[in-house]
Amino acid sequence: MRETLQLLIYGVQLGVIYALIALGYTMVYGIINLINFAHGDLVMIGAFVAYFAAELLGANFPLAIFLAMLIPACLSVAIERLAYRPLRDKPRLSALITAIGVSIFLENFPRMLPFIGPNYRPFPMLIPFKNFTLPTGAVLNSIQIVNILVSVALMVALTYIVHRTKVGRAMRAVSFNKDAASLMGINVNRIIAVTFFLGAALAGAGGVLYSMTYPMIDVLMGIWLGTKAFIAAVLGGIGSVPGAMLGGLIMGICEVVATALYSELGYGSGFVILILILLFRPAGLLGKVKIEKV
Amino acid sequence: MMLDVKDLRVAYGAIEAVKGVSFSVEKGEIVTLVGANGAGKTSILRAISGLVPAKTGEILYKGRNLVGIPPHDIVSAGITHVPEGRLVFPNLTVEDNLLLGSYIREDTAAIAEDMERVFSLFSRLKERRHQEAGTLSGGEQQMLAVGRALMGRGTLMILDEPSMGLAPILVEEVFRTIVEVRKSGMTILLVEQNANMALAIADRGYVLETGRIVLSGKASDLAAMDEVRAAYLGR
Repeated sequence: MRETLQLLIYGVQLGVIYALIALGYTMVYGIINLINFAHGDLVMIGAFVAYFAAELLGANFPLAIFLAMLIPACLSVAIERLAYRPLRDKPRLSALITAIGVSIFLENFPRMLPFIGPNYRPFPMLIPFKNFTLPTGAVLNSIQIVNILVSVALMVALTYIVHRTKVGRAMRAVSFNKDAASLMGINVNRIIAVTFFLGAALAGAGGVLYSMTYPMIDVLMGIWLGTKAFIAAVLGGIGSVPGAMLGGLIMGICEVVATALYSELGYGSGFVILILILLFRPAGLLGKVKIEKV
Repeated sequence: MMLDVKDLRVAYGAIEAVKGVSFSVEKGEIVTLVGANGAGKTSILRAISGLVPAKTGEILYKGRNLVGIPPHDIVSAGITHVPEGRLVFPNLTVEDNLLLGSYIREDTAAIAEDMERVFSLFSRLKERRHQEAGTLSGGEQQMLAVGRALMGRGTLMILDEPSMGLAPILVEEVFRTIVEVRKSGMTILLVEQNANMALAIADRGYVLETGRIVLSGKASDLAAMDEVRAAYLGR
């Protein structure tokens, strides 16, 4: 029982991070049907922004995570503008291949910069580490608490934006049909940019939270993280915001449990989930098959 | 002159769907474009709202040429387009759909008033205001599409096949609504395959055939003409 709860804490801690990153995949897919392969690398950039903010500016946690959200978000808007928008009306494969190209660029450009380079770096302590023993005997530490609280707060904020604000309504309209949305007076390009901005901000936050938990960062860290978060998005139903959150949580918990059972299983668990979901429920857990009435 | 279209051509690749069409709409009028499937009616409307580029020609709205202006700016200029197939947002509630219709406006209080006005025009939408639009019947979705267009407070409403796919009793209701909307001061450009109904409520009409206007005139005159009756009115 004590161990189960302990595993659950680890699983949720990891799961909320996957969920944050998965949201970016699902939102971009929902709005322009693109699997943004460069999304995982924005996680890495978020981690590096926080790293430099802490090391060079002495930034505290709130400032570091704010910058780590803002800079990848702006970068993501620029990527959309320069790399994806010119291909919007071209076959979907063109944009997909471009996304892979952007991803390779984002991984390798920082690698050749003298102040970043290919080596692992220890991620600084952004908050004091402290253990709390729960009445049941399970241990919860300060990083886990911050991880979960910040992730949940960001997901609540995103849900609010998508469902209760004008820009959120516009995002849902554009994701249904761009022509119909533009006939409402919605500037579709602007809404697509907002979507990239929000998704990348969450990825940047995910990068910081992940690096606080596993405090070694390098330029390739986004590949694995991105892949797992992508699986989480597919598991939940790509295009579905609550689906990405649920998928992330399930992925995190499964991975931790699989690792606890047999440590080699951890990495593989995500792919087992992916294969199972594609076989038995290709639309994902919360994904809907679109129905149109005439 | 509200709308003055001059020598409009629209092409999809090598295929020209609209081959030099000119027509006009005066303030307060209902003008209808009738013609068979593939005559170019929808392409004309999509060119007016900027969804497809005009190859050549001018689309003058209150004297301003709309060619090359993006769709969202055309909405801001006062043209609301109720598209073919209605395209209500199925995953959004009726209320959210109506709010999207007022997207270009910031006057919250007046938007709320306009929503009540739409609900008084279409009481069934009021009953279903918190329901997702995808759960509405085809007729209700058409009402919602018209209501949503009213929310923009435009001056020219263009309707593309509002009767498509509806039961005859609902078709009559939709046309009654269009007449109601005109009474509120809206100018209307109506595209229809149901030429009978369209000519019955319109002031003037144009008959299209494979991308060209072949006849034009007062709606009542057109409805009485033998060739129109033979080709479009089924006798």
